[in-house]
Amino acid sequence: MWTWFHRLASPPTFYRLADRFAPWFGIAAAGLLAYGIVGGLFFAPADYQQSDAFRIIYIHVPAAALSLSIYMLMASAALVAVIWRIKLAECVLVSAAPIGASFTALALVTGMLWGKPMWGAYWVWDARLTSELILLFLYAGVIGLNQAIEDPRAAARACGLLALIGVINVPIVHYSVEWWNSLHQGSTILKMGKPAMNAEMARPLYAALLGSYFFMGYVLLRRTQNELLLRERNTAWVKERLESSNV
Amino acid sequence: MIQIFAAVLRRELRLAATAKTEWLMPLFFYVIVVTLFGLGATPNDPKLAEFAPAILWVGALLAALLTLERLFRADFEDGTLEQIFLGTQPVTLVVAAKLFAHWLLTGLPLALLAAPLSSALGFSSVAIPALVAGLALGTPVLTLIGGFASALTVGLPRAGVLLPLLVLPLVTPVVIFGAGAARVAQSGLDGAAPLYFLAAILVLGLTLLPWATAAALRNAFE
Amino acid sequence: MAILEVKALTVARGSRPLVSDLSFALAAGEVLHLRGSNGAGKTSLLEVLSGLRSPVDGTITPQPEGGQLHWLGHKNALNLALTPIENLEFWCGLNGRAADGLVPVLEQLGVAKVRHRACRTLSAGQKRRSALARLLLDQRPLWLLDEPLDGLDAQGLELFASLLKAHLDKGGAAIITSHQPLPAGVPGVRELRLS
Repeated sequence: MWTWFHRLASPPTFYRLADRFAPWFGIAAAGLLAYGIVGGLFFAPADYQQSDAFRIIYIHVPAAALSLSIYMLMASAALVAVIWRIKLAECVLVSAAPIGASFTALALVTGMLWGKPMWGAYWVWDARLTSELILLFLYAGVIGLNQAIEDPRAAARACGLLALIGVINVPIVHYSVEWWNSLHQGSTILKMGKPAMNAEMARPLYAALLGSYFFMGYVLLRRTQNELLLRERNTAWVKERLESSNV
Repeated sequence: MIQIFAAVLRRELRLAATAKTEWLMPLFFYVIVVTLFGLGATPNDPKLAEFAPAILWVGALLAALLTLERLFRADFEDGTLEQIFLGTQPVTLVVAAKLFAHWLLTGLPLALLAAPLSSALGFSSVAIPALVAGLALGTPVLTLIGGFASALTVGLPRAGVLLPLLVLPLVTPVVIFGAGAARVAQSGLDGAAPLYFLAAILVLGLTLLPWATAAALRNAFE
Repeated sequence: MAILEVKALTVARGSRPLVSDLSFALAAGEVLHLRGSNGAGKTSLLEVLSGLRSPVDGTITPQPEGGQLHWLGHKNALNLALTPIENLEFWCGLNGRAADGLVPVLEQLGVAKVRHRACRTLSAGQKRRSALARLLLDQRPLWLLDEPLDGLDAQGLELFASLLKAHLDKGGAAIITSHQPLPAGVPGVRELRLS
C-alpha cells in the first residue's frame, strides 16, 4: 500500500499517469456537459413557477457543488502536504485553488443572475449566497498567499496550513450565516424550495454535475502537470521529457 | 510550563512599557473610527444605535488588524525567532504566551473601550453586558486567527495588504455571533445563545491555532 | 568520538541546489571553518545543521535537538528595545533555565557595564559580545556560529579565541562561517570550502 502510494506520488509517475488519464477525463467532460447543458437549456420542460429562469441551475448547481468539493479536495491535499511533505500534494493544492475560485465565482454570478428575476435584486443577503461569497474570500486568501511567497515549497506549505484552518472554518461560517439569516426571516426572500423534479428536468442536471466533475479532473490534472514541470525543471526526468517531445 | 509562559509574558509586557504608542495607537484608532461613523450620520441619528453592534465590532476588528503585522515580525527580523525554535521549551507554548500578551494589550482594552463608545452611539445600556461579553470572547479569537495569519506572512516584505485578506474571511463567524449577541440583547431578548457559540469557537481556536501558528512560523525558515 | 556526523547531505534554497552530497564528521576538540563566496550556501548549511531548516537529502547524526547545540546566527537575536540582561533572561526562559549567573558572564565578555542600557544604544561590537554571552550560559557540545567575528575589535577577537579554546578544551566542537581567517591560537581548525 505504502510503496504503491509513494510510487504514485513520485512526479514522473504521476506525470505519465496524468497524461494517460487526462484525455479521457476531457472527453467524458465534453460529452456529459454538452448533453447536460444543451438538454437543460433547450429540451427540458419549463418550470411551472419559474418558467425559463430555472434553467440556470444547469450551470449554477454544478458550480456550487464543485466550489465546495474543490475546497475539500484542496484541504485533503493540504493535509498530505503538511504532514508528509509530498511534493505532488503541494502541486495539487496550489493548482486546485484557482479552479475552485473560478467555480465559486461562477456559482455566485449565476446565483445573482437567478436572483434578479426571482428576488427582484441581484444581491440579497441569502444564507447560501453569503456563504459562497465568504468561500470565495477564503480561496482568494490561499491564492494571494501562494503568490506572495517566493519559495514555491514554503508557499505551498503555508497555503496548506491556511487551507486546513479554512476547511475547519467552512462549516462554522455556514452555520453562523444560517443563524444570522434566521434572525431576519420574513423579508422578500423566496425560499429556494426543492420540489421533486421530474426525470426530464433531472437527467440533464445530473449529467451536467457529473460532467463538471470530469472537467475539474481534467483541468486539475493538467494544471498539476504544469506545476510539476515548473518545479522540477532542474531534474533529469523533465529534461528528458522535454527533449523527447522536441520543444 | 508556567515558567516559560511567565518569561514570555514578562518580556512582552516590558516591550509594551518601552513602546507605549504601539498599544495605545489601536485604541485611539478605535475611538476615531467610531467618531467618524457618528460624523458620517446625521447628528444624533437614532439609527446609529441600531448599527452600533456592527460599527463597534468592525471597528474593533480593524483596530486589532493594525497590530497584527508586527506580532512576530520583530522577532523574525532580529533573530529571536531562531532562538525560540532552538530552545528547549515547546514553541507552541511560547506562541501561546505571545498571543495571550497580545490579547491583554489589544483585545481586552478594545473590549472594555466598547462600553463607553457604545453609549456614545446611543446603544441601549441594558445590552452593554452582552456587547462587552461578546467582545471579551471574540477578541481572543481575533488574536488567535490574526496571529496565525501574521505567522504565515512573517517573512514577506509587504504583508500589510495580504494580512486582511487572510484574516477577514476567517473571522466572519466571530463578527456574526458577536454583533448578533449585541443585537439580540438590544432587542430585549436573551443573547446567551450566540455567546455560547463564541465560547465554542474560542475553545476550538485555542486548541488548534497555537499549534498551526508555530507550524507557520517554522515554515518561514524554509 | 564524533560530535556530529553528516552523510550525503544536500541543501537547497527554493529549487536552487546549494550543497550536494556533503559528508564529514566532527570530533571533539575540532573546529570546522566554512568558507566560500557570498551565496555559496554557508548560512543555509548551518541552518540545516541546526535543525532550523530541513535538508533535501542526507542524514545528520545525532539529529539536531534543542539544548544540544548553541546557535549564533548572523543576527544577534537581541531585541533592541530591551537591555542585554533582559534579553538573556528571556533566553534563559526559552531554555528552561533559571536566570542566574548572568552578570559574571557579561563581565567575562566585557559588557557588564552596559547591561542596563537598551541594546539600541550599544555599539555593534557590544551587541555581538552580548549575543556571544549566550554560549557561556549553558554547556553544550556543539557551537554553530554564523560570522561570529562581525563587529568585534582586536580585543574582541582575542576574547573570542580564548572562549572558543576553552570550549574545545572541554571537549566541545564548533562549526563557524567567517570571511576572515579565524584568530590565531585556536587549535584543531579544518577548512571546508563551499563553491
